[in-house]
Amino acid sequence: MNPNPTGAPTPHETGTTASAKPRSRKGGRRTNASMIIGAALVVLIVGLALVSFVWTPYDPNSIDPVARLQSGSLAHPFGTDTFGRDTLTWVMVGARITLLVGVVAVGIALLIGTPIGIIAAFFAKQSWGMWIDAVIMRANDILLAFPALLLAIIFAAVYSPGTGPAMVAVGIAAIPGFARVARSGTLQVLGSDYVRAARASNRRVPAIALVHVLPNIAGMVIVQASVAFAISVLAEAGLSFLGLGTQAPTPSWGRMLQESQQYLSTHPELALWPGVFIALAVLGFNLLGDGLRDRFDPKMEARGA
Amino acid sequence: MPENLLDVRDLTITPAGADAPVLHDVSLSLAPGERVGLIGESGSGKSLTAQSVMGLLPEELHARGQVHLQGHSGNLLDATEKTLAGLRSDIVSMVFQEPMSALNPLMRIGDQIAEVLRIHGKVPRGQIPTRVRELLHDVHLPDPDSARFAYPHQMSGGQRQRVMLAIALANSPRLLICDEPTTALDVTVQKHMLDLIAERVAAVEAGLLFITHDLAVVAGVCDRVIVMYRGRIVETGSVDEIFTAPRHDYTRGLLASSDLEATDDRGRLFTLKTALAYSGPQVQGAEPGSATGEWENSGGEEDAPAPTRGGSISTSVEQSTADDVSAASARESTPLIEASDVTRVFRGRGLFGRRRSDVTALGGIDFTVAAGARLGIVGESGSGKSTLLGILSGLDRPTSGHVRVGDIRVEAASSQALRRLRENLQIVFQDPFASLDPRMRIADIVAEPLIAAGVDGDERTTRVEEMIEAVDLDSDSLRRYPHQFSGGQRQRISIARALVTRPQILVADEPVSALDVSVRAQVLNLLTDLVDEYALTLLFVSHDLGVVKHLCSDVIVMRDGQIVESGATEDIYANPQEEYTRRLIAATPSLAEALAAG
Amino acid sequence: MLTYAISRAIQFALSLLVASVAVFALMSLLPGNAAQVALGTNATPEAVAALEAQYGLDRPPLIRYFDWMGGMLTGDFGTSYVTGADITPVIVGSVQVTAILVIAAIALSILIAVPLGTFAALEQRNWIGVTISAISQVGIAIPNFLAAIILVIIFSLTLGWFPSQGWMAPIEGFGGFLLRLVLPVVSLALVQAAILTRYVRSAVLDVMREDFIRTARAKGLTRSKALFVHGLRNAAIPVITVAGVQLATLLVGAVIIEQIFVLPGIGSELVRAVANRDLVAVQGIVMVLVLLVLIINLIVDILVPIVDPRIRNAA
Repeated sequence: MNPNPTGAPTPHETGTTASAKPRSRKGGRRTNASMIIGAALVVLIVGLALVSFVWTPYDPNSIDPVARLQSGSLAHPFGTDTFGRDTLTWVMVGARITLLVGVVAVGIALLIGTPIGIIAAFFAKQSWGMWIDAVIMRANDILLAFPALLLAIIFAAVYSPGTGPAMVAVGIAAIPGFARVARSGTLQVLGSDYVRAARASNRRVPAIALVHVLPNIAGMVIVQASVAFAISVLAEAGLSFLGLGTQAPTPSWGRMLQESQQYLSTHPELALWPGVFIALAVLGFNLLGDGLRDRFDPKMEARGA
Repeated sequence: MPENLLDVRDLTITPAGADAPVLHDVSLSLAPGERVGLIGESGSGKSLTAQSVMGLLPEELHARGQVHLQGHSGNLLDATEKTLAGLRSDIVSMVFQEPMSALNPLMRIGDQIAEVLRIHGKVPRGQIPTRVRELLHDVHLPDPDSARFAYPHQMSGGQRQRVMLAIALANSPRLLICDEPTTALDVTVQKHMLDLIAERVAAVEAGLLFITHDLAVVAGVCDRVIVMYRGRIVETGSVDEIFTAPRHDYTRGLLASSDLEATDDRGRLFTLKTALAYSGPQVQGAEPGSATGEWENSGGEEDAPAPTRGGSISTSVEQSTADDVSAASARESTPLIEASDVTRVFRGRGLFGRRRSDVTALGGIDFTVAAGARLGIVGESGSGKSTLLGILSGLDRPTSGHVRVGDIRVEAASSQALRRLRENLQIVFQDPFASLDPRMRIADIVAEPLIAAGVDGDERTTRVEEMIEAVDLDSDSLRRYPHQFSGGQRQRISIARALVTRPQILVADEPVSALDVSVRAQVLNLLTDLVDEYALTLLFVSHDLGVVKHLCSDVIVMRDGQIVESGATEDIYANPQEEYTRRLIAATPSLAEALAAG
Repeated sequence: MLTYAISRAIQFALSLLVASVAVFALMSLLPGNAAQVALGTNATPEAVAALEAQYGLDRPPLIRYFDWMGGMLTGDFGTSYVTGADITPVIVGSVQVTAILVIAAIALSILIAVPLGTFAALEQRNWIGVTISAISQVGIAIPNFLAAIILVIIFSLTLGWFPSQGWMAPIEGFGGFLLRLVLPVVSLALVQAAILTRYVRSAVLDVMREDFIRTARAKGLTRSKALFVHGLRNAAIPVITVAGVQLATLLVGAVIIEQIFVLPGIGSELVRAVANRDLVAVQGIVMVLVLLVLIINLIVDILVPIVDPRIRNAA
């Protein structure tokens, strides 16, 4: 269910937003449709979560047996669930968990994966250090054999199921993606003449990493973060759907979807709202990633002249 | 004149969404069997013109006008892809610039040639294998029988380009278009390729439209020349007319700046601006080696004291630094750089993989460079010249042998000594687009070596500003990013970065080979000025013998990791001792020779 | 090529070894050992000790690892501490169900994605191409369990064409087997097809920009013919790699689909084992899944040089 656990670059939209020959394109920062729509969706989800801290239509845990399983109405725009809880309120509060898991998981992966990738690339460039790079990348490949969902299930089995282990597991599973992106980006930068020039003028390794490597790979890492965020939204929803993620009574989109299953024949709209919001969140981060890639892709880099 | 083979009238090309055309009202024609050169620098529109004729224009470009080809009635610009496909390779064929990517990497060579025969169905199926062998034989590929079964990656660039030519001429088209077919090839390979093109075009009696930036190449291959500049045709004429009596200023400028044997009264190459004083290529006898007389003249000028340029930076400081390492009096006796029996072997890599065979990039190199000398290192791809530079600049270490730069023994140097070496030696790289960090401002790029050297604050700012002025860029440039500059300007920035720490030695790795001819002359002149002004010792790596001949006092000829020949430039050029050097010199296209021969 | 295959095989074995150590360490060494987990937190220390003694959990970890590993190599996944039953037949049976599901899904998604992605690339400037890529973008965002729920609502609950859950082995009735397979396979395949479509489109667009396509057109092929004769095989190289990764994720993604459709696959067994706190079963199933993922990677690694002579010769 995770579209891109490797962190292999997702194909980017050449057709809809840019002309066919990105290489011939002159520089200049472009904003494009993917990025605008993606950013808007992300802002919507983040907005829902933020608003939920100060205001929700109802108390998320207030049970109203009279108002059970209602369809959409003025009082309950998205309807109510089997306990009479307001679905809109649950969607709003559920956004928090989705974003929390995303932020923590991506944070773990980015902070561990990126330095690993950069370090591996520096070793790969030394004849005496190539084996260190090889070992790091092998370990990376082995970790890749554990997709996010599988690792999260293992964590749920060993520890108790919950949001915490889920975040950590999804984060660990996303490390290889960041390490690969950072490594290939760093190798590219280290192979460039401007780094040779920097070395020839006695710049030390930390300075080269900070001044040349980081700014030049930042774009790729941000794109990867956006893609990894989408993956962790999916993973959290899937885990909670299995009952191995966020536990009751904390609202979570995945669990809402699971609970809707027994009423599918009578109240299919119960599945509609959490489903729509999961899809919107994933779509938002994927589009944002695509849009950012269009801006940062080295192929798009202006060749001046 | 009989019906023209090709007629292009008022061809105008505009990119989708842009107002200004990139090609303006281009009209040209070719008689059957005629060989025409289309000359221009990057952005002149010469390739677009050719692509329009082939119907291979990128979709986002819109073409207006008329293109007529003998054997097809109607305007090619209005023809469908299907019609055009039927004409391509049958009536008009094309050979492209980049041989490495032009062939399908997953398909055997023989199959790729057979395909073009099968598409047009002129050869009976049963005879196709025989015909493929013939075609491979015609382009002088060694062992055509086994070449059929090779994949493209198993061939060299020159061999692949031969295959491309075999494909292009397989159906005996009436017109062959060559788009910079030899630009990516080594000089000696280029020579053979040009001869082959001429030979094969004559054999199938096709017309030739030869696109290039290199005037000397055109002079050798074509009867007539069309000069393009910024999307327009500026001049047309026979080779003789264009090269001896150019009418348009741009043609004159191009001619003047590509002539590396002609210099102005300051001993500098002509540029577009100074071209008026240029008197045309000096045609000597057909004997290639007889250029000595003229060479000695300009060689004398090279050694003359440098003209002071606006008194920007005093040279006395630089002189005294140079004297720290080797006293001026001892210049002859103690060379600044000394290399003996240097080898560099790259080990096959792989932790889990099979061990690959080792590659010997340098196999026992000996040479010395006197302080203040200008040493040219000449060699074709794979000769080991880049590896040698890496070792000299302390970025790489030799596998064995001794290298001394100043008082530093490179092979055994501590990291501290290496730092000292690098402070005294700076590099200018080949690709102006890859050698500047795209995310840094010019000010930070030029300041970087000073930061490493611990120069701070106002002094750093002042020196960066001085340096950017010294390379003839204005101080506004400092706030901008690399992508806002042209190739030539970027090379100036690279030079500024290299010289800002005032090194004794400047290493230039093919610094002008990616530049247009007119820009090349300007950058070479700047380099000459600065080398004089800062009393630099110059190591200049190039595949272009003309450039080296103009710039360097001494030369090393390298091949396969070995030094073939070395000595004073004038001696080597006038009197090459080795067969390889002779071939290299003979293969280097020269305007004068081409005109004399034609 | 042979040395290449051998070195890949060695890599595969090494990866498997490291992965098994990792899984074992995670399951057996971290706090909350198997016996404790199996009996629950309320269990008396005596009961835990007794269970540990019964299954040899009091032995040193290294011994237990080799015991477990040795068992697996001979096709014995061990005995559940919870039910006391041999878990090997359960794993073997459920893997077959999942394999059928996943292979059918990847095959269907390739059948959809390759023509669609190619078409979207060829028509990238037309509304058709733009529409295909927009739909695939939305498709990626839909988790497969949401797709499953939507399909069930439409085709099972509303139209009644397919059963909403259950499994029938092919020998019990091939028609019933197929009928029950449709919705799970389609819900897995649709999302995968969306992802794959985008990769195919992007790979084809990249190939179309290659010089050798221009050469093919210069030889007298039309744009689309040049693509079919020369482009697709080149575009296949990155797509094979991606399809391998997709297959591996499908394997794990099937966990949720098996839950929804109540299929006796390995995912259902995994979830049941986790719920029952049956760590031996979890450990065995996880190893089987990791083994399958590694096998898929190995196959991809060997397939690519078969298509690409450059890698074949370098190897």
